Amino acid sequence: MAVLHSAPRYASFEGVLDEVVSALGDKVVAAREEHGEIVINVAREGIADALRTLRDEHQFQQLMDIAGADYPTRADRFDVVYCLLSVTRNLRLIIKTTTDEATPVPTVTTLWPNAGWYEREVYDMYGVLFAGNTDLRRILTDYGFEGHPFRKDFPLTGYVELRYSEEDKRVVYEPVELAQDLRQFDFMSPWEGADYVLPGDEKAVPPSPAPAPVAAAPVTGGAPKVDTPKTTDTPAQTGAGEKANAEAAKPVAEAAAPKDGGKAPEAPAPTESRPGADKADGGKA
Amino acid sequence: MSFALEQSPTTGDEVITNYTINFGPQHPAAHGVLRMVMELDGEIIERIDPHVGLLHRGTEKLIEHKTYLQALPYFDRLDYCSPLGMEHSYVLAIEKLLNLEVPLRAQYLRVLFAELTRICNHMLNMGSHVMDVGAMTPNLWLFEIREDCLNFFERASGARMHSAWFRPGGVHQDVPEKLLVDIGEWIDTRLFPLFEDAMSLVVDNRIFKQRNVDIALVSKEDALAWGFSGPMIRAAGIPWDLRKSQPYDVYDRMEFDIPVGTNSDCYDRFMVRVEEVRQSARIMKQCLAQMPQGPIMTTDRKVGPPKRAEMKQSMESLIHHFKLYTEGFHVPAGEVYVATESPKGEFGVYLVSDGSNKPYRCKIRPTAFSHLQAMDFMSKGHMLPDATAILGAIDVVFGECDR
Repeated sequence: MAVLHSAPRYASFEGVLDEVVSALGDKVVAAREEHGEIVINVAREGIADALRTLRDEHQFQQLMDIAGADYPTRADRFDVVYCLLSVTRNLRLIIKTTTDEATPVPTVTTLWPNAGWYEREVYDMYGVLFAGNTDLRRILTDYGFEGHPFRKDFPLTGYVELRYSEEDKRVVYEPVELAQDLRQFDFMSPWEGADYVLPGDEKAVPPSPAPAPVAAAPVTGGAPKVDTPKTTDTPAQTGAGEKANAEAAKPVAEAAAPKDGGKAPEAPAPTESRPGADKADGGKA
Repeated sequence: MSFALEQSPTTGDEVITNYTINFGPQHPAAHGVLRMVMELDGEIIERIDPHVGLLHRGTEKLIEHKTYLQALPYFDRLDYCSPLGMEHSYVLAIEKLLNLEVPLRAQYLRVLFAELTRICNHMLNMGSHVMDVGAMTPNLWLFEIREDCLNFFERASGARMHSAWFRPGGVHQDVPEKLLVDIGEWIDTRLFPLFEDAMSLVVDNRIFKQRNVDIALVSKEDALAWGFSGPMIRAAGIPWDLRKSQPYDVYDRMEFDIPVGTNSDCYDRFMVRVEEVRQSARIMKQCLAQMPQGPIMTTDRKVGPPKRAEMKQSMESLIHHFKLYTEGFHVPAGEVYVATESPKGEFGVYLVSDGSNKPYRCKIRPTAFSHLQAMDFMSKGHMLPDATAILGAIDVVFGECDR
């Protein structure tokens, strides 16, 4: 794909991916070049050795950042992402490894002294442990904070709030009390990403004992594919054309009246009635 | 009537042990809410443990709950001394994932205002640096320049500080022609006279040199190992500037020099910034001379909103507008790390998209994190008052450090 964007341009990536993959050998789990970045997944046990090889033999002198990321559906739910920079070769690399809540990642404070705070931050935000880091304290959160706030299962509002108490003459911590619910607007198109049943669509879902919320988007038939651009439907897809025109030209009564003489379908139930909320009303209408 | 005189601590034989003091969190030279636990031997610093995070607002978590466009103003509030520099990394990261072409005029405008931001930032930093080591007048003069810069931001975006003016795909609004003319005139008639006047008071000043020369020496190897960037690495003598080595927008069309230090002390860091202001003005003049006419926002209507006038005529424009400001645009799944040369150094954004309209993860790489971390090794063996000079030369802002 031709490069159209004007983001920072490095030296050419030509051959770099092969060079790095062959240098790291069997420590590499996966490697790809995508969106103008080289991303290499490395096995957890070999991460320190791999980074040492890159620093000492491939001129990646600087560790710019260590980022954590949480993917709760995976067994090894956390990513630890090392962003390397070579000032002599003018290249950047993204090296990733995975871990879970209990398994520590080998520290790289022995390679770069500035890794200390980055590892403390990942520990603070995600609870990832780093074996060998001698100073793994919390760094950004409050003194005495509990939990790891950037985990996806940690609520945005947190659990405690604090205020200065006039009676106690000190700052007191209390459970969060919101004057109104935290509003999460879901602006995803209901045909692409909604994880709830559209009002009126309840009957389209095959009844199952415990319907998973994700399975309740039957209209698309599969995961949303957003990397393909959405284009205007062709007449073949919409069914428009001569036949439809002829059908539309018929008198209204003939086209719309139910064939079996039953009652005409009513308007869909209002938005409030979600499955589970009050099933009787929404389902029987 | 008799009372025992207290024994003088300096004449007796007892051993004086190290003691610990708190520097901050409320200290005028801490440049924000920084608490440093210092272990002192007399007046010599033995160890510094900086405690950061007092301004932690969970920006990265908040961004995960916003659409790409709604997340943009958070970046102004990171380094509130150079808001447009922060936005720059973020919009480029989105554009890299989208592989989106930005019109040339928008690229020039971004570079122009990024450099104006650099001047604005350096005015604040240099002013407070000289004030931390005892000078008053230069700060007042430099704030005059900063005030002018803020007025230009206001004329371009409507806001003095939190501009939120860069957009994925361009900039929000075109600038009036008069503003560009005024900026050009301002560089010659205001910036240089005021700036050179203020600098003439500082750069050869004996007291200023006594406080800064040979303070916090950092070798080239240490600068690389500690992840230094920006003026901190250039003062160490490494000519590393992302605008030159990894050019973004139209920096590859600009002619400018990269100042480097020779001694790698606080004085060099200050002087690198002094020269950067002159070079920034040079870049701005080239931008003004070369800037073409044309659109300032991408014409890809799946990312850039249509013009108001179009919406009155075209149903499609109306739909695009509605979709962009409710659902927002979708960014293809993938991950990028995009770093730009912010006034303080390398400011990076590691952006992970899952293909939806909200970032899955947005890690912000603050410049201060690696610089402040080196505070301990830089100040070891220096006197307590040197800590303020070192801190001033780091150019630390806690909105960005704590996020």
